[in-house]
Amino acid sequence: MSEPISFFSGFQANDLLFLGEAAGRTLLISTLSITIGTVFGIFFGWALQASRWLAQTTIGTILDMFRSVPLIIQLILFYNFFPIIGWNTSPFAAGAVVLSIYTAALVANVARGGIEAVGIPMRRAARSLGMSYWQDLRYVVWPIGLRAVFPSWVGVALSVIKDSALVSVLGYMELLRASQILITRTQEPFIILACAGAFYFALSYPLSKYSQKLEESWTS
Amino acid sequence: MIEIKQLHKYFGKLHVLQGIDLNVNKGEVLSIIGSSGSGKSTLLYCINGLEPIQQGQITVDGIPVHEPKTDINKLRQKLGMVFQQWNSFPHLTALENVALAPKIVRKMSKDAAKTIAEKQLRHVGLGDKLDVYPSALSGGQQQRLAIARALAMEPEYMLFDEATSALDPELVGEVLDTMRLLAEEGMTMICVTHEMSFARDVSDRVAYFHQGHMEEVGPPAQIFGDPQSPHTRKFLASVR
Repeated sequence: MSEPISFFSGFQANDLLFLGEAAGRTLLISTLSITIGTVFGIFFGWALQASRWLAQTTIGTILDMFRSVPLIIQLILFYNFFPIIGWNTSPFAAGAVVLSIYTAALVANVARGGIEAVGIPMRRAARSLGMSYWQDLRYVVWPIGLRAVFPSWVGVALSVIKDSALVSVLGYMELLRASQILITRTQEPFIILACAGAFYFALSYPLSKYSQKLEESWTS
Repeated sequence: MIEIKQLHKYFGKLHVLQGIDLNVNKGEVLSIIGSSGSGKSTLLYCINGLEPIQQGQITVDGIPVHEPKTDINKLRQKLGMVFQQWNSFPHLTALENVALAPKIVRKMSKDAAKTIAEKQLRHVGLGDKLDVYPSALSGGQQQRLAIARALAMEPEYMLFDEATSALDPELVGEVLDTMRLLAEEGMTMICVTHEMSFARDVSDRVAYFHQGHMEEVGPPAQIFGDPQSPHTRKFLASVR
């Protein structure tokens, strides 16, 4: 009697390589989104702080929407919306765009907090020395505000790395998606999710550690 | 020379300065006294353009402060200002605090900015604190650092806004000594102050402000010895 055919095969060493490649994609989409989102977020934060009424009613309202709607809903809506406006986009591009806007929405508030942390008396002191508005922003507000809100920004960045897992719903082969495929094949969710968790940790830990070092160097 | 003509300033509906006329000559030390809320600090903010005005004019060496075409950042280089809260830049050492504006505003080389910063820090008695961060300085030292920072721009006028009010009593003396030193060196100064002994001993003229008006102005001997306004008399009686 022949042996029963199995559709499943156990976890193998080269599956780790498969997860590693997927972790690389998680790193790519996270880094890209955090970078773009931070640049835009700082700009939006400045706009919210500098022109309260106008920015609050325009940028503020839009960012509030992105902050309030669950990311998974945003991803699915935008991925299906892009083709309607004639932009046939890949899961990666759609994911990167939505994650970037989402990051910008979170960073905008952090940035605004950073600017407000500096306080009007300090800024007046800078201006009284003859500094222009932009010199005050660059040499006084930026370094002092950055130190005040850097831990919050790190929190945002770490959460975006983890939230990038949601891009898996679009079919982008990042860490969580790769894990799901392996789980289907191997039926060993425990090992695979533990490996995926370890990869997420490996991606996040250096950022967390480096930021700690940086903060220590600022306070010493 | 600083010339203030018919200056009116409002905060919303609040009429904070109600028609101030005042001239301050080069080399003169003017102290402004008066109770809180009399508009004396606001006047200093108006002089260096940190607060807009609604009516009247302020000129510094003939340059109107509040004209849109005036390069206010350039004009402020003439007007050093020291605030009640010293506002040291916490991320910079004492030397860097003082050297920053000469470097980025006056476009001095790094070395030249450092030299002038060192000179001014020694001037205010902080020559041994060059590499110290503000958090390691006392309130009095931080206020002297703020004075050095303003002096590094080589201003022609110095505006002091209650420079000793936020200090512990034992630290007031060192800041007043620095201000006295500047007065002796011939710096033109407008000092909003609650230190009556400083106003009496160091000033060439004293102005008394009351509810947005300049009630009277004159030599210290006259203001303290023979005040003309009943408000001035009442105020001086209350602070003696």
